[in-house]
Amino acid sequence: MEKTKTLFEVIGPIIIGPSSSHTAGATKIGLLAGKIYAQKPQKITFKLYNSFAKTGKGHGTDKGLLSGVLGLNVDNPQIRNIFEIVQKSEIEYNFEYLENFSRHPNSVDIIFEKPEKMKLSGISLGGGEILIDSINGYKFNITGNYPTLLLIYKDKPGMIYKVTVLIQKQNINIASMNCERKARGKEASMAIYLDSPLKKEVTKELSAIDEIYFIRSLEALK
Amino acid sequence: MNEIKTFDELLKYTQKEKIEIYEVCQIFESQELNISIKEIRKKVKATLEVMEESINNGIHSTKLSSSKMTGNDCKKLENYFSQKKSCLNISQQKALLYALATAEENARMGKIAACPTAGACGIVPAIIFAYSQDTETQINALITAGQIGKIISNKVALAGAIMGCQGECGSAAAMASGALVFIQKGTNEEIITAATLTLKNILGLVCDPVAGLVEVPCVKRNAFMANIAITGAELSLSGIKSVIPPDEVIDAMYQIGTFISPQLKESSEAGLAATKTGLKITQKLHK
Repeated sequence: MEKTKTLFEVIGPIIIGPSSSHTAGATKIGLLAGKIYAQKPQKITFKLYNSFAKTGKGHGTDKGLLSGVLGLNVDNPQIRNIFEIVQKSEIEYNFEYLENFSRHPNSVDIIFEKPEKMKLSGISLGGGEILIDSINGYKFNITGNYPTLLLIYKDKPGMIYKVTVLIQKQNINIASMNCERKARGKEASMAIYLDSPLKKEVTKELSAIDEIYFIRSLEALK
Repeated sequence: MNEIKTFDELLKYTQKEKIEIYEVCQIFESQELNISIKEIRKKVKATLEVMEESINNGIHSTKLSSSKMTGNDCKKLENYFSQKKSCLNISQQKALLYALATAEENARMGKIAACPTAGACGIVPAIIFAYSQDTETQINALITAGQIGKIISNKVALAGAIMGCQGECGSAAAMASGALVFIQKGTNEEIITAATLTLKNILGLVCDPVAGLVEVPCVKRNAFMANIAITGAELSLSGIKSVIPPDEVIDAMYQIGTFISPQLKESSEAGLAATKTGLKITQKLHK
């Protein structure tokens, strides 16, 4: 059974062609990755796998990924000329085309190298739906469809309570959430998908919790 | 209201509430997205504007796609319609032309509204703009098409990589067919029957694009599918019924989709993609 699509997933999305999975999906992965990185990248490596690697050039997958990382949305006509646009800036980027059948047919690693290092993996699921499934080795399931709170923190009792109580205080409903840990008492990751965006004060309060190492509050992608 | 997941539920709901299919859809979407029906219709109108823009851009361009496989056929068709005596009436001519224009625009990285996918983006707008000039009717027709697509998507992934082209261009044709019956003032039942007859006719359609690109056969297929949508609408409006009920046709579509070999589901390992010429083009492009 498939998840039922909303009206605007069936008559839409509005995108730059030619492919909702290989162009728009790639742009969305880039866009979400850029928001998670949350700073201006200076050097990026994109590793494209399988179908993304094989048909990426003809579909503009490369253009979409780079455009997304630089903040362009899926319907921005500048995607077509992104290489010329980037030439004028000082961003270094590099594409690698790889085969690895243990990976999803449409997957990519985005490795930000400068100013800070961060490695994300993304999958394009078709129809413009995407998933960021890993950040620096931590597993996530970020679709960009909901306002999302991402945390990496020390695994210890009461952490989920500490976080959710702050969300509850804002009267914001949690649509779904998932937590993973590397090992008992070590680092863990938490993703909380919300029905409405988190206020800045909450993010601030959360950042003040000692055991939280990494925090991102993302808006839903349009 | 609860989400409507089958054609049977849809028809019963419209009968009980005495409303049109597009009204069912906009009530539910308004509830789900937590915005007014007016807002929903505004968004649909914005989508129609993009569709119209892609048709116009497509008709006026002969720029080839980056692979150079497609991009200048729409012009040929337009010249033929204006210079020779076509066997189609003006609306049918427009439908073929608009479908091709939009699909070519997509292949050259133009801006389009996926409907339901980018590869099938020409079919629904072609029918709506060829057969209706009234904005409110166009909005209602597009929402009707959307509701049909939503019900198909309950069981069948609208993705060539999962269900073959029947899930993409096939779904689009069914959506367009229903939209056309709406424009022609058919009943809710006739709308559903048109979508059903059309779906029955595209079952088993594989996805075997040359070099993995959304071009061959996808671009021309958009024009063919526009015509299939018209046929479905006409048969239904004449009172012809489907022997197999709508929801059972979708079950069959799903089953067939799972039986289609992975080699024929967007992996470009068989079919047209694996022909001598297909392979030659692929090699040249991947160099």
